[in-house]
Amino acid sequence: MKHTVRLNVNGRESERQVEPRTSLADCLRDDLDLTGTHVGCEHGVCGACTVLLDGEPVRACLMLAVQAGGRSIMTVEGLAAGQGRDGALHPLQQAFRDKHGLQCGFCTPGILLTALAFLSENPAPSHDEIREMLAGNLCRCTGYHFIVEAIEHAAALLRSPTPQEGAR
Amino acid sequence: MKPAPFDYVAARSAAEAVAHLARHGDEAKVLAGGQSLVPMLNMRLARPGILVDINGAGELDYLRESNGVLALGALVRQRALERWAAGRAPLLSEALRAVGHTAIRNRGTVAGNIAHADPASELPAILLLCEGSVVARSPRGERVVPASELFVAPLTTSLRPDELVIEVRLPLPRPDAGWGFAEVARRHGDFALVGAAALVWRDNGRVAGARLAFFGVGGTPARAIAGEGALTGHEATAARVAEAARLAAAGLSPDGDLHATADYRRRVAEVLGGRVLTAALERERRTV
Repeated sequence: MKHTVRLNVNGRESERQVEPRTSLADCLRDDLDLTGTHVGCEHGVCGACTVLLDGEPVRACLMLAVQAGGRSIMTVEGLAAGQGRDGALHPLQQAFRDKHGLQCGFCTPGILLTALAFLSENPAPSHDEIREMLAGNLCRCTGYHFIVEAIEHAAALLRSPTPQEGAR
Repeated sequence: MKPAPFDYVAARSAAEAVAHLARHGDEAKVLAGGQSLVPMLNMRLARPGILVDINGAGELDYLRESNGVLALGALVRQRALERWAAGRAPLLSEALRAVGHTAIRNRGTVAGNIAHADPASELPAILLLCEGSVVARSPRGERVVPASELFVAPLTTSLRPDELVIEVRLPLPRPDAGWGFAEVARRHGDFALVGAAALVWRDNGRVAGARLAFFGVGGTPARAIAGEGALTGHEATAARVAEAARLAAAGLSPDGDLHATADYRRRVAEVLGGRVLTAALERERRTV
């Protein structure tokens, strides 16, 4: 039996009929066409599907879509949307671009959202704290060094009064 | 993979959840944080007929401290306890940091982690170390199950299919106790290959009480009674601590698997046992 769920994703409301077994990740990708949320391991280990649920990072593969009713969800598509100008990147995205913090990009959406929540709680993290945070997200390309640098750079951009300027 | 089909019902209260569990028996599984259950569904290791979702039972989302005992409703997330413990309960803080990752702890509940009874998980061992218990509710009423009677085998507790854990009772360590916590894992947040935690307190220079618990080294978390006995009533010399760790490790029956052999686990357990006891003794000295 399908259930009706009212979703709020990146500030937009929509209503969908979902099977109980449909994960939030599959619902975002298949029903809402938000394919920026990537599905890797489907058991919570790789972190590629991480989204923000009421501002906190969670695994979208370990939550049922039917549980998301009435909650506010942010996916990677919502990151740049808040930047005003068309094509402008969020400072975090800009930092990943500047510091070469991605290669194939599969893990990147999950890392960006995890890092966004992390930096809002800890605006000036140490290398070790960044590495502990990153332990929840698998990347098979970069070897992590550039991701750590990108997050450190993003922290500096987000702390500066005009982050967009600093991103150049 | 995707889970096999199942029915879903959202319970609005503990009473509703208990009624659903009574109706569906062992066809039903309780869904709280879902951080252990959903992976098992996705891998089709579990195929329940119906999930009883308790996330809407707001009455179970409470955290209270009274007379040194923390009462945690079944919906308290690991992250909520982590925030509460920061600056208040250092052993809990340290143990929670090792439970998965932030994104896991934001959803995963304390009660669910304990009821799942993974032998390599931190919180069941902490509950055992602190001599805590869970409160289980069923149509027959409520009963308190001490940690020492809760864990019977890997992923298996003494709870019955129609019982819902509604509360975890975690006695906080006495203020004069020193604590130690250590684990070896492949990566921060992974399940422990071996983990250990200790509490020690002294009276007139002699150890008045010692507790030592291990996880990841057998089918259930384990208290090391022989190791504890070797310290209690004695002066805590380095030789005593080493002997206690040796006895503790000798009493364990770890399994070997892909990640580590049984022999490796026993040897690491002895090392970690010694480390957490030493750390606990050093911290205890500072509190006096």
